[in-house]
Amino acid sequence: MKTSEKAYLLLADGTVFEGKSFGVKGSTIGEVVFATGMTGYQETLTDASYYGQIVTQTFPLIGNYGANHEDFESKKSWVKGYIVREYCETPSNFRSEGDIDSFLKKQGIIGLYGIDTRRLTRIIRESGVMNGMITTEDVAQNRDALLEQIRSYNIEDAVQTVSVREEEYHKAENGRYEVALLDYGFKRNILRCLLDRGCNVRVLPALTAPERIRALNPDGIMLSNGPGDPADNKTIIENLRELTGYGIPTFGICLGHQLLALANGAKTEKLKYGHRGANQPVIDLRKDRTYVTSQNHGYAVVSDSIDEAVGAVSHKNANDATCEGVRYHNAPAFTVQFHPEACGGPKDTSYLFDEFLKLMDGGDAACR
Amino acid sequence: MPLRKDIKKVLVIGSGPIVIGQAAEFDYAGAQACRALKEEGLEVVLVNSNPATIMTDKAMADKIYIEALNLTVLKRIIRQEKPDSILSTLGGQTGLTLSMQLAKEGFLEEQGVKLLGADPETIDMAEDRQIFKDTMESIGEPCIPSKVVNTVDDAVAFAETIGYPVIVRPAFTLGGSGGGIVQDEAELRDIAQNGLRLSPITQVLIEKCISGWKEIEFEVIRDSKGNCITVCSMENVDPVGVHTGDSIVVAPALTLTDREYQMLRSASINIISKLGVEGGCNCQLALHPDSFEYAVIEVNPRVSRSSALASKATGYPIAKVATKIAVGYSLDEILNAVTGKTYACFEPALDYVVVKFPKWPFDKFVYAKRTLGTQMMATGEIMSIATSFEQAMMKAVRSIELGLDTMNLSKFAAFSDEELEAQLHCCDDERIFAVYEALKRGFSYDKVFDITKIDRFFLAKFRHLAEMEKALADGALTEEVYIEAKKLGFLDKTIEQLSGQKIPEKHYASYKMVDTCAAEFAAKTPYFYSSFDEENEAKLFIEENASDKKKILVFGSGPIRIGQGIEFDYCSVHCVWALKEMGYEAIIANNNPETVSTDFDTSDRLYFDPLTPEDVTSIIETEKPWGVVVQFGGQTAIKLTKHLMSLGVNILGTSADSIDAAEDRERFDELLEKCGIPRPQGETVFTCEEALKAAGKLGYPVLLRPSYVLGGQNMIIAHSDKDVEEYMAIITAHELENPVLIDKYMMGTEVEVDAICDGEDFLIPGIMEHIERAGVHSGDSISVYPTYNLSSRIKQQIVDYTGRLAKELKVVGLVNIQYVVFNGKVYVIEVNPRSSRTIPYISKVTGIPMVDLATKIMLGERLRDLGYGTGLYPEGIYTAVKVPVFSFEKLHDVDTHLGPEMKSTGEVLGIAKSFEEALLKGLVAAGYQMKEKGGVYITVRDEDKQEVIPIAEKFEQLGFDLYASPGTALTLNQNMIATNAVRKLSEKSPNVMDLLESGRIDYVISTSAKGRIPARDSVRIRRKTVERSIACLTSLDTAKALVNCLAMDKTIEDVDLIDITKI
Repeated sequence: MKTSEKAYLLLADGTVFEGKSFGVKGSTIGEVVFATGMTGYQETLTDASYYGQIVTQTFPLIGNYGANHEDFESKKSWVKGYIVREYCETPSNFRSEGDIDSFLKKQGIIGLYGIDTRRLTRIIRESGVMNGMITTEDVAQNRDALLEQIRSYNIEDAVQTVSVREEEYHKAENGRYEVALLDYGFKRNILRCLLDRGCNVRVLPALTAPERIRALNPDGIMLSNGPGDPADNKTIIENLRELTGYGIPTFGICLGHQLLALANGAKTEKLKYGHRGANQPVIDLRKDRTYVTSQNHGYAVVSDSIDEAVGAVSHKNANDATCEGVRYHNAPAFTVQFHPEACGGPKDTSYLFDEFLKLMDGGDAACR
Repeated sequence: MPLRKDIKKVLVIGSGPIVIGQAAEFDYAGAQACRALKEEGLEVVLVNSNPATIMTDKAMADKIYIEALNLTVLKRIIRQEKPDSILSTLGGQTGLTLSMQLAKEGFLEEQGVKLLGADPETIDMAEDRQIFKDTMESIGEPCIPSKVVNTVDDAVAFAETIGYPVIVRPAFTLGGSGGGIVQDEAELRDIAQNGLRLSPITQVLIEKCISGWKEIEFEVIRDSKGNCITVCSMENVDPVGVHTGDSIVVAPALTLTDREYQMLRSASINIISKLGVEGGCNCQLALHPDSFEYAVIEVNPRVSRSSALASKATGYPIAKVATKIAVGYSLDEILNAVTGKTYACFEPALDYVVVKFPKWPFDKFVYAKRTLGTQMMATGEIMSIATSFEQAMMKAVRSIELGLDTMNLSKFAAFSDEELEAQLHCCDDERIFAVYEALKRGFSYDKVFDITKIDRFFLAKFRHLAEMEKALADGALTEEVYIEAKKLGFLDKTIEQLSGQKIPEKHYASYKMVDTCAAEFAAKTPYFYSSFDEENEAKLFIEENASDKKKILVFGSGPIRIGQGIEFDYCSVHCVWALKEMGYEAIIANNNPETVSTDFDTSDRLYFDPLTPEDVTSIIETEKPWGVVVQFGGQTAIKLTKHLMSLGVNILGTSADSIDAAEDRERFDELLEKCGIPRPQGETVFTCEEALKAAGKLGYPVLLRPSYVLGGQNMIIAHSDKDVEEYMAIITAHELENPVLIDKYMMGTEVEVDAICDGEDFLIPGIMEHIERAGVHSGDSISVYPTYNLSSRIKQQIVDYTGRLAKELKVVGLVNIQYVVFNGKVYVIEVNPRSSRTIPYISKVTGIPMVDLATKIMLGERLRDLGYGTGLYPEGIYTAVKVPVFSFEKLHDVDTHLGPEMKSTGEVLGIAKSFEEALLKGLVAAGYQMKEKGGVYITVRDEDKQEVIPIAEKFEQLGFDLYASPGTALTLNQNMIATNAVRKLSEKSPNVMDLLESGRIDYVISTSAKGRIPARDSVRIRRKTVERSIACLTSLDTAKALVNCLAMDKTIEDVDLIDITKI
């Protein structure tokens, strides 16, 4: 049975939403963001890029098909909190292993349901992402103290926290390529996409030294997605600067895209409320084609900051014209801000993995 | 790519009359297409036989032809107008099929006309079953095991290899006519034979039955660059087996994991890319409920009913975007009109749930077979939007106008558990309510699922509603429980009724915006639905966009049903346009996704919500309109009058009191007496006994009908006590709020008038005379403007009566009056102080913008200042004949005999310089085959035997072979008309059925004293004519008109085409 225990969301701007508690009871602080995907809540919950964030689903009915182990995008859920309008107690799907409330409980996630999620989304849209707290305590009591706590919250050590500690090796059936996957919080489907294409994948901790990678002599390097402010990752950026010089074919996604840009002298900026959903249109400038993409990011590479000698914008967002991809001239590398591996979201840009293969084959002159 | 330079003049083909499977959605699509083309500065030539549409309005195109939709007419129009292009994908299956025929014949190429929106290869790939299957196989998309066959024997042979049950799907038929699921060989032989005959290419598909799988649809759009998006996913609550048009549908799909969703989305995109569609496309897929196995069911490579629904469900204007793509634009060049910032190349994100609920005609056709299958039967639909499925469902059931405010259908309460379980097996229009009752009684999800295959997710939601009912009934009505119930969609009145307690503090609904993007971007489009949250976005929107304009709320007409069709949407939209033009802020409230009125840019603000008193009260609370308009939204809106009056709202136009005076029998009688106008004698009754007594007094035949109805719902002519008893039994099965009217029936000429009045003066644009005498519902009669048979004395009397009535009733706006002329005397049958179904056509043929004038008058202008004069408007040079169109082939067991109860679903118009020519055009447009020779079978009731003689004689003179039932044959032969007597149905074979099967009969004239009950011989004969597509005339007047038309010895080629914008 659904609880009738009250829970609240207190936003940094002082707004209070009263709802009910699900998942784990207690208090949690995080950066409140909204995601607009209508399916794929489980992928969202287990996407490490959401580390440190309280995720609000704009779609009102969540948990309809329950939860299962196959659709995890990482080993666990990383979100700081979870907000939905309504969750489903009686999920229906042949793969369902339980409802979302049990899932959150198992994962230790604090949830809030029964609030006007559209109103919350409108606030974030107008004011930008802000910190907030979900709590089962009465927020009226020491509101000021709580607000101070909320406002001082920062996402820290995000990448190190979510990255693997040890290297992992995944062998593909008939593997033809050796790919080093730098794990900044990779989604499992990046691994699956590579394995399906005959790449043996070595998952490396985020801080793996460039020398180690050179020693592995991979056919290609995959820079994964991940959480947090890209500019925080000073060491990684340094490492990537060195890696670029090796001339190894490189493909970056999301945080990987931002980090490589930073390593090449470009800048990143925080977006007002980010792109989180499965319906973001992205123009592939070379092809003059627009693709619907899955996205989850709060920061973007500043297009103007890319040195023309180093690289050029290859993709841009059709809605707000932000940078969605870079092709490098100084190295056989290309990166995208969106998620060609999907999960959740459309698979329309999975051709990029094939382009990565071509790059590893020494082809695709257009990249240079 | 921008606008193609080689396009200057485009021919748009509409979808013709409203029939089941092809309704108002194509007026919506076509109107949007015409506007999109005009926006580009292109010259638009439009052809559509349906005069009730908005797309055939002068403002929509440069040249408009209301002409029959056939190859002959289209070729003439193309030769005359010389368009450089033709848009084929916005006029439903009708427009598409005709375009393809023109292309395949080489006619378009010969005339230098480009085909926009689709090329014949694409269409064949999608529509020809075998080519489609091969294409799907070539890209690895799974199809259901199936085989295209051209003979019944091949069908049987294949069915044996895949096993029964199998589905029969005829190729190229509307709404899947003639198909069905069959369980064994005998059934297969029967259905396959019928399907082969109905298919224009004599082809049916025999397919493995995958009933019970989930049915998922994607609306996909692709441009010439190859950009491809899915606008919306939809999931049928009723699994595969029920036609999607007859299914309850939710958007977006609610039970799919991301993996399943993306798998099906990718499949849809693969398919449309392979087919090379440039424009809109609908993909229907089936998904096994317990695995990832799926199959492609079918693809519609055009704008469809589902795309109208998807457009309204998401705010994404599919028809407009498809049109822009057809003339050269790509998706990334077309702006998203909703946000005004983003582009059309994106996928809408919803933050609400949409439910579509079909509106079936079974409340009218009580003897129709109600089983749902592969053949669509719904005449219309409603859509509801809410933040929960429960609330959307509750909104849906109260929008379909079955008198429901919860999912409880009272008759099921009396069922035993066993009966209820049996009912679950019966997949008909009421099954969903049986499911609800079963869940309420505690049937397990598994049990209900096993029988119905409705996903447990939905079942759990239904049970949730049942639990709330119980909570309301059992517990205290606290504020918390109240809000909870409101969020699940319960009305205040239901909450009080169930709980037996007063609501502590009533809440009004607040409104959320439909913005295509789940609030990610600030949207400009004022499209709202109600919810129960604190934030009211409509109120915020009104504050932010405050103007000093006065606000007027117009109520729409709800779902399309027999008797209340697209005409009322035409009127509502015109009212909104007139208001905007006059400088008012026009707001519309409606729940029909198929219509132009619910297009997001028709009004200044749109409320997509049910039209019940409580729903409407909340809209008024948010909007605080200066005035409201009820007279254009049919009975749906008129019904709100009393409630609106109690709220103290300013009802513009004719007062509620006047509406009541016209509807209330006693007050109406008083009024007529005062005006000195006669009417057929009649009485008001509540019980069967009273009815019998009244009938005895008046003398048979009598006319029976409930008061406050439209479209002659439940109206009959009773010839005996038995008829009265049968009727009263049916009518009293429902709670009687209003009495039954019983009138003396006069078999005279029926005349209809629509007038505009300002309380003092009146203007009659034209008097219409019906070909069929009184007794056939006015909506089913062939109606002629101007009158062809009335003396000037009678006409003068009609004008005079109309004036007196309008003045006495203090009509401000429109009034529709029906008269019967009997023995040289004029009687009033009915006065409706509101818009009627003849307004669009009369407006178009007389050139008088009736709704526009009526709207101005409601706002205080005087008729005499509006430039159209007063009294009877001079007759024009053209005669216009409105011919009704029926959907009998979609409805099993419905008697086709015309009577006082309306049966037609749509209409066409014939316009010409003479009555005969106009009639010819009208009949051809309505689908009558004008045969020069052939066979006629006649069977008429005794009263008609003398009258049928000259009609038969005329057929004989034309060279037709005459056949008749023994009685009728005797009369004809005695009158020297050589007729073959044919054995009756009850006699041994060969009898009349074999004759009808033989293909020798082209026309049947059948009248009978009794009808309705499917088992009667006369009904079975008439049903046979439907199956065999034989024209069946059930009124001697229609038969006479038809034979006169045949005798004219002219074809449609001999009659001038008329551009109505020049009238």
